[in-house]
This record gives sequence, structure tokens and C-alpha cells, in this order.
Amino acid sequence: MSETTSTGEDRRLFVGPSPHLRDRDSIPSVMRWVVLALLPAVAVSLWFFGLEAARVHVIAVAGCLAVEWACLRWLRTPGSIRDGSALVTGLLLAMNLPPTTPWWMILVGSVVAIFLAKHVFGGLGSNLFNPALTARVFLLVAWPAQMTTWLRPGVRGLVDAATLDTMTGATPLGLLKEGRLSEIAASSMDLFVGQVGGSLGEVSAAALLLGGLVLLARRVITWEIPATFLGTVVAVTGAVWVFGGPQHGTPWFHLVSGGLMLGAFFMATDMVTSPMTFRGRLIFGVGCGLLTAVIRLWGGYPEGVSFAILLMNAVTPLIDRMVPTPFGRGVPKAKEAA
Amino acid sequence: MSERTALQELGKGVWAENPLLVMVLGMCPSLAVTTTLANGLGMGAAVIFVLTCSNVVISMLRRVIPSAVRIPAFIVVIASFVTMVDLVMEGFLPDLHRSLGVFIPLIVVNCIILARAEAFASKNSVWKSALDGIGMGVGFTLAITVLGGIRELLGNGTLLGMPVLGRGFQAHAALVMILPPGGFLTLGLLMAAMQARKGR
Repeated sequence: MSETTSTGEDRRLFVGPSPHLRDRDSIPSVMRWVVLALLPAVAVSLWFFGLEAARVHVIAVAGCLAVEWACLRWLRTPGSIRDGSALVTGLLLAMNLPPTTPWWMILVGSVVAIFLAKHVFGGLGSNLFNPALTARVFLLVAWPAQMTTWLRPGVRGLVDAATLDTMTGATPLGLLKEGRLSEIAASSMDLFVGQVGGSLGEVSAAALLLGGLVLLARRVITWEIPATFLGTVVAVTGAVWVFGGPQHGTPWFHLVSGGLMLGAFFMATDMVTSPMTFRGRLIFGVGCGLLTAVIRLWGGYPEGVSFAILLMNAVTPLIDRMVPTPFGRGVPKAKEAA
Repeated sequence: MSERTALQELGKGVWAENPLLVMVLGMCPSLAVTTTLANGLGMGAAVIFVLTCSNVVISMLRRVIPSAVRIPAFIVVIASFVTMVDLVMEGFLPDLHRSLGVFIPLIVVNCIILARAEAFASKNSVWKSALDGIGMGVGFTLAITVLGGIRELLGNGTLLGMPVLGRGFQAHAALVMILPPGGFLTLGLLMAAMQARKGR
């Protein structure tokens, strides 16, 4: 660093506008840690789904980077392709897709994530909804058949459409929804490690937990949202399991299956779309957990994590307005009496 | 406000004061029935007829209607024309009538028509009110036809029921565009595009 600023003043004497204390964290460094934390789960998805998983990861990341580049160029929204945010969105999008997602669907998802969910709202930092989740839900509603075709774990080659039907199975949560809990072959260890059908990022609770702990240790995310999110799901499903009967699935089953770990550690904690205050984040996490449990137990879809997080994203501005009470509001009106 | 020429009176509804894309009126039918291009056209035609006729009649009666009961009086006029459209459409275009369903009778409470009656026809001459009604009606029709066209094209791969984008696309058409989220997305993007264009 030189001794003078760009305008020629002596740096030792130069006092700029606040903030004066800066952290060394930056968007690229945060994004780098998120990518690193996702790597174990990426590795597990590659191990269980082989080339199909690699194909989805590559197309999603390339698609998101390309759309980001085009949006920055043509819409002139703030941001930079080098900040890594599009890379993270691409990876998270891939984690939210089934391994056999057709290439054109992944590209549509990239456009929805980067253009519709992010740049239309004003670019990085201005988006109301988590981009990757928005894309997932768009694709789920647009092409329900392709988005609920689950490759069996361990099929590692490329699969063509003709033979696909012979290599698919239902996800554990799907079986639960149909009341076929007894047919779930996977043991709770399989569920934890990830040897089950599902989206790339919902198979392995263990790998996601590892990544989540890295983020927590690095303080990229704070504990409030994951803890309250997971805790609420366990509490609600536990209560229903105890009082409503075993056909609702054990709380452990709900904890390690589906996209809960991915959602709780990587999606709900998105800095842009979650509340800014400590108490706000507690409310946010509990809300995510409640909605997830309600959708899983009584809703129309087998999995509710993505809907829950998007719904809570929508009320995040409200939470930020309510908690804490804004300065000056709720003060006793002493002056009027005087 | 300076006096507008007849042509401006006619044209403002199409672009500068487009009822759907600028004034954001009449959202309910616009989002609910625009799953196909034909629905958009049908709905638009019905609205042009009702809007023009009710504007003319209300403008004629503008010195007769006591202002305290003007809204009920407007509604009676509008409802008469809506009933005509409803019966004519049921008689001659039963398929369209079925697919538009309850949204034809609901034109009675369409806020575009009431807004034009209240804000324009009750204060302006018959000639100007007629032009305003036609212009606003055409503007609304254009907007919901484009909306319906985009949604039908992407959600079903067809336009007016005819395959346009080919079999490969049709097999994998984006169902979401026919569903409510597709309506909101398309409408929002159309509005954004319109604002971007106007801001230039």
C-alpha cells in the first residue's frame, strides 16, 4: 500500500467518511468460504450420482455465470462476476435439482435465479428472495415430472431418457407422504450419509452438516437461524410423532432427510434475504421450521423446505421493521403531559 | 391541464395511461383469464364494448345523476351492458363464454370501467367520453392479449390453439406460465419493460 491516496493526500493524515473500522471480510471472501463449505456435499453427490451429478453442477454454474455476465453488462445493475455470488448461486441451484434434470431446464433455472430473482430486483444485495430457491420452485411448478424423477444412488454413468424409468425410485419423504413409510429401505445411517434418492444437495446430511459447521466456525453464518430452524422441525415432528403415531416419521428421520440441512445452513442463512437482528433471526428460523414441518406433515408436497424459506424471505422486511422496536417508537409520551 | 385533442383522448389509453400496465387497474380478470390468447381477446372485446357504451351513457346522464348516488347509478348502467355482453356471448360464443366463466359478469365491478365513469365520463362531453372509452378499452385489450399470448406460448407452445413452437417444445411446455405465478411474472416483466421504454 502506498503512502498517498489516489488523490495525492498523505494516507496517514487522511480521514475518510465512516465506517472507519473495517473487517477483512468481503463479498469474495464470504463466497469463497461458502463454496469451500459446499465442497463436501458436492463430493458426496458426485460419489453417488457420478457423471449425471457432474453434468448438473457444470451446467448450473456455467449457466449462472453466463446470465450474471449478461445481466451486469446489459442491465448495469451493481455487482461483479468476480465476487463469486453467481458461482455460489449456480452451485446451490445444482444442489437443489435432481441428478437427471435436462440441460435446458438447468439453463432456464439459471435465468430465473440470476435474472428474475436477483437482477430484476436490483442486483446482489437487493433481492427479496433467495435466487437459487426461486429457480428451484419455478422449475418444480413448471416441470413437476422432471423435478420429481429421482435417480437411485449408485448409478454413476450418464443415463439416457429411454432407460431412466428403470433406475428411479421415490425419495424417503415422498414415501412418507404416500403413507408407505415401511417401504423405506434406507437405514437412518444411509439417510445421514446420503445413500438415498433426492436432489444433489439433499442426500447427504453429514456432508452438509460438516460444511455448515465450517461456516459457523468461520462466522460466515450465525447460529440463530440453523439452530432454531432445525430445532423447530425436530420439536414439531417430535410432538406429532409422540402424540400422532409413528406413521408421521421420527424426528430424526425428518432431520436428516430432504433438503433440511441444505436449507438450514446454506439457504435460510443467506445474508441478503434473512433478518438483520438477533431476535429477527430467531423469529425467521422458527417460522422456517414451522412451515417446513407443516408442509411435510399435512401439505400437498412431500418436501417443504424451499417453500418455507421463500415464504419467510417474503416477511423478512416486516421482521426487520418490527424487531427491535424502531428508535423513538414506544417511548412514553412524557412531553405531552408536561 | 391543457385540453387534449380528439386523437390524444383516443391514444392515451393505449400507451401513456394504459389501464393495465400504467394505472394497474383491472388486475383480477387480467391475471385470472389470460391463460390463452383467445381468452385475452374475448375479454378485451367485452371490455371495449361495455366501457365505450357505459362511458357514452354516463356522460349523457352526467347532469341528471345526483352526485350522492352516482356510484350506484354508474353500476346500474354498467351492469345493463354487461348483461348484454353476457347473453350475446353465451348465445353465439359458448366456448369462450365457458372459459371466461364468472369473469364476464364480474366486468360490472371491473375498476377500469368504474374509474373511467367516475374520473372521466361524468365530467366530459359524450364525444370525448366515447373516444376515452374506446382508447382505454383498446389499451386494456392490447395489454391482456399480449399477456395471454406470452402465457399461452410458453405454457402450452400454442397461439390461438395452434401449435407454434413445435412438438419438442410442447411436450415440455412450462406449466408454471399457465398457473397464477406465470401471470404475475409476465405482468411484472411487461410493466418493467414498459417503464424502461417510457423512461428513455
